[in-house]
Amino acid sequence: MSINQSGWRPEMTVKGTDEAAPTFTGNKALMLEEALIFEIGSTETTGVEVAEPVTATSRLGNLARTAPIGLPGLSEPETVRHYTRLSRQNYAIDLGLFPLGSCTMKHNPRLNEKMARLPGFADVHPLQPVDTVQGALGVINELAVWLIELTGMHGVAMSPKAGAHGELCGILCIKAALEKRGEGYRKIVLVPESAHGTNPATAAFAGFQVEDIPATADGRVDTAALKARLGPDIAAVMITNPNTCGLFERDLKEISDAVHAAGGYVYCDGANFNAIVGRVRPGDLGVDAMHINLHKTFSTPHGGGGPGSGPVVLSEALAPFGPLPFTERHGDGHITLVEEETVEDRHPDSFGRMTAFHGQMGMFTRALTYILSHGADGLRQVAEDAVLNANYVLRSLEDVLDAPFGKAGPCMHEALFSDANLADGFSTLDVAKGLIDEGFHPMTVYFPLVVHGAMLVEPTETESKAALDQFIGALRSVAERAKAGDASLKSAPHFAPRARLDETLAARKPKLVWKEPAPVAQAAE
Amino acid sequence: MRYLPLTDHDRRDMLSVIGAASIDDLFVDVPEAARLDGPVHGLPNHASELSVERHMTALARQNTVAGEVPFFLGAGAYRHHVPASVDHLIQRGEFLTAYTPYQPEIAQGTLQMLFEFQTQVARLLGTDVANASMYDGSTACWEAIGMARRITKRGKAILSAGLHPHYVSVAKTMAKYTGDVLDTTSPWLVPDMDVDRLIEKIDGDTSCVVVQYPDILGRIADLKPLADACHANKALLIAVVTEPVALGAIRSPGEMDADIVVGEGQSLGVGLQFGGPYVGLFGCKEKYVRQMPGRLCGETVDADGRRGFVLTLSTREQHIRREKATSNICTNSGLCALAFSIHMTLLGEAGLRQLAATNHANAVAAAERLAKVPGVSLVNDAFFNEFTLDLGQEARPIVRALADKGVLAGVSLGRLYPGEAELANGLVVAVTETVTQEDVEALATAIEEVLA
Repeated sequence: MSINQSGWRPEMTVKGTDEAAPTFTGNKALMLEEALIFEIGSTETTGVEVAEPVTATSRLGNLARTAPIGLPGLSEPETVRHYTRLSRQNYAIDLGLFPLGSCTMKHNPRLNEKMARLPGFADVHPLQPVDTVQGALGVINELAVWLIELTGMHGVAMSPKAGAHGELCGILCIKAALEKRGEGYRKIVLVPESAHGTNPATAAFAGFQVEDIPATADGRVDTAALKARLGPDIAAVMITNPNTCGLFERDLKEISDAVHAAGGYVYCDGANFNAIVGRVRPGDLGVDAMHINLHKTFSTPHGGGGPGSGPVVLSEALAPFGPLPFTERHGDGHITLVEEETVEDRHPDSFGRMTAFHGQMGMFTRALTYILSHGADGLRQVAEDAVLNANYVLRSLEDVLDAPFGKAGPCMHEALFSDANLADGFSTLDVAKGLIDEGFHPMTVYFPLVVHGAMLVEPTETESKAALDQFIGALRSVAERAKAGDASLKSAPHFAPRARLDETLAARKPKLVWKEPAPVAQAAE
Repeated sequence: MRYLPLTDHDRRDMLSVIGAASIDDLFVDVPEAARLDGPVHGLPNHASELSVERHMTALARQNTVAGEVPFFLGAGAYRHHVPASVDHLIQRGEFLTAYTPYQPEIAQGTLQMLFEFQTQVARLLGTDVANASMYDGSTACWEAIGMARRITKRGKAILSAGLHPHYVSVAKTMAKYTGDVLDTTSPWLVPDMDVDRLIEKIDGDTSCVVVQYPDILGRIADLKPLADACHANKALLIAVVTEPVALGAIRSPGEMDADIVVGEGQSLGVGLQFGGPYVGLFGCKEKYVRQMPGRLCGETVDADGRRGFVLTLSTREQHIRREKATSNICTNSGLCALAFSIHMTLLGEAGLRQLAATNHANAVAAAERLAKVPGVSLVNDAFFNEFTLDLGQEARPIVRALADKGVLAGVSLGRLYPGEAELANGLVVAVTETVTQEDVEALATAIEEVLA
């Protein structure tokens, strides 16, 4: 697609076939190489002016830092240029479709950023007297209410810092509830093979033993096998719904009822809540605890790998065990904090505190802004468009890529393909790297583990049909090259800031911090 | 709906490509009983930017903004001036809307930044290596205790009396489930940290000693004797730094031979934000790197021999090791780490030292002034930018009364240690470069009025 659609063409000289000579700088026009701050900065340079200290006697005792620290500085223009150049070596949602399955890379509305930066939220200390932070507590409380309503649950723990931290919160609630019942002997947590790695890691951290639940041929939990395993040693099951194959676990209510009857609890990994928000309430499926990744469903920015935020909604059975602190709104509208001080009176069964302060306030502000912007109708449309877009991708590509569960029916918010149709010697990784050259971030690869060479595509609801069509065209083209055995795909990407990187070398000889290179003269000896 | 690009026309076309009659056909796997057909209880329909902005602004107005009043709170979160370019740069979409750099060829910006961050943090803390960040200081502190258990294969951790009470709380919560034994005590209103007392407690079952520096009362002490005592017993010294700006003025814990140094990086670049998101710093000696939690970025080369960066040593992590991982942590605090790193780059060593010197001088001047208020005495001997006052009467109601006068005076120890009568008179006061002499005068006068 070109901007010039008039048909006019400049007279052009025929381009030679010779490769361009390498540039002096290593730059390629707008693709700019950038050195490390340790190579371009100096410890004398600063981009900040601080007021001269008032005269005062030092009270540092004998602890004054005298040895050099080795922190290079840059002036402001150099700093802006350094990070701007670095930024341009990143792919991002703002640049194009970012179909990472399970990660939900949707548009991050800028109003959310603006609201989080209001001084009334951004410049408030977590330990200010509660009378001076009623609006901040109001945000937490209001978001909590909507999360409870949207999930049909009884309570919510707001403080977990990320999804995995939320999982831990839910599992600790379960552990505390079992101990309260005198059933601390229940040691087994059942986790499907297709689960996120954080699920077994979390259960193991809390002292549980993890057992796999097998999957059926149609990509769902094997309900019969799960039920057969239930018994007095089962503490909980952890199920992702929609699951990591992008499918709705139809039997979840039946499973929940069976788990409850056997004395266990149901943890739902809510990473994929965005597919059902406004259409399905996990509380109606018998779920006891579910974390919500605010950075997925409610679009707080991923920021290159965090910060996340992982509030956990809880059933009536688990809510009494939730962590400190939390907010309580009283009849007159005044909001108080329940912390260690009042825990005995207000929340005696709490399992304790998971983090300093109140959780990811900056993310709460953004998520609340998102929820109010969308409203009940908009959120429902979010789920519907996310599912529609994923099914459109699935059906548009299943003739060229193997879709292991495609025949069984529609998917939810992500389309899963395997490497079955690729030529011998070609892998999912080659397809992913080929997509990079096409100007797209690859889909999630090799996850879930239950599908060979998995490619998990999650387009999200914030993509237009035109963007989807372009992506489908690109993936089709790459898939066809992989089926045809196009060798150039093996060395892709060719047009990215870097070619494939040697990860083995990085792990075998870890270089985790920059060190001054040895002087040249010494090296020559 | 302004965030949803599909038109009804698109939706119809796409349904026909899919071969579905309606959107409900795509939700067939949801059992009838679980479908939510009505509206969400109480939640209004979609709203314009303007109306949402009004609602949020009204909530924001109900808070007292730190920058608009004389402000002296610290205790684990500090108000520093953040240069304008920091917030501008972290809002570049290529940083803000990128994901974890799992495809390194198109994520070198984030990866190189993390490599620079790791190096800056390691140098600041005085450790050999540092990771790509944790959720915050409190969770980093707990992770360090778990790491010490794995390294020493012992389960008793001794927590210093000066460790932030929220950090102690988090560790207590987690230890209930891991079986670690924690030795904890509350602080006393005395000038010295409890280093000698800690040394006496170390024995052959001790995995680690956890000491905060500067501590919750703002006190500082030489950690070398403590490190030596730990090492003599094959235990590790974990140092916790909640105010990283301090390390521009005082010796780093690494220099004093701490094995693991963790911290809260909020002071640089991040802002107060009512407690989060913040950024956990985590450094250690090189020999322990394979027991570290969290993401690590490492240098390598690409197929053309050019330098590049990747996430590495991931065999420690949950997505590979599942239930055998060093931690269940998945995400880091990437954007806050970026803010920290940009602020640190703008400062450089010269700027950091100057900033630290100004903080210290302001704090000393403020401490001297406040100690002159009748009935008030200064607890600390040595300190950096935070110190504890003994008000001679319960501090918490005084803090509330001062808030009514428009002065946010500090954090009362009654808030941090409810029910501990011996601490009730304590007020922890932080004085950064943002505090003016007029602010200090306003605080001194207000305390004097309330105490009178």
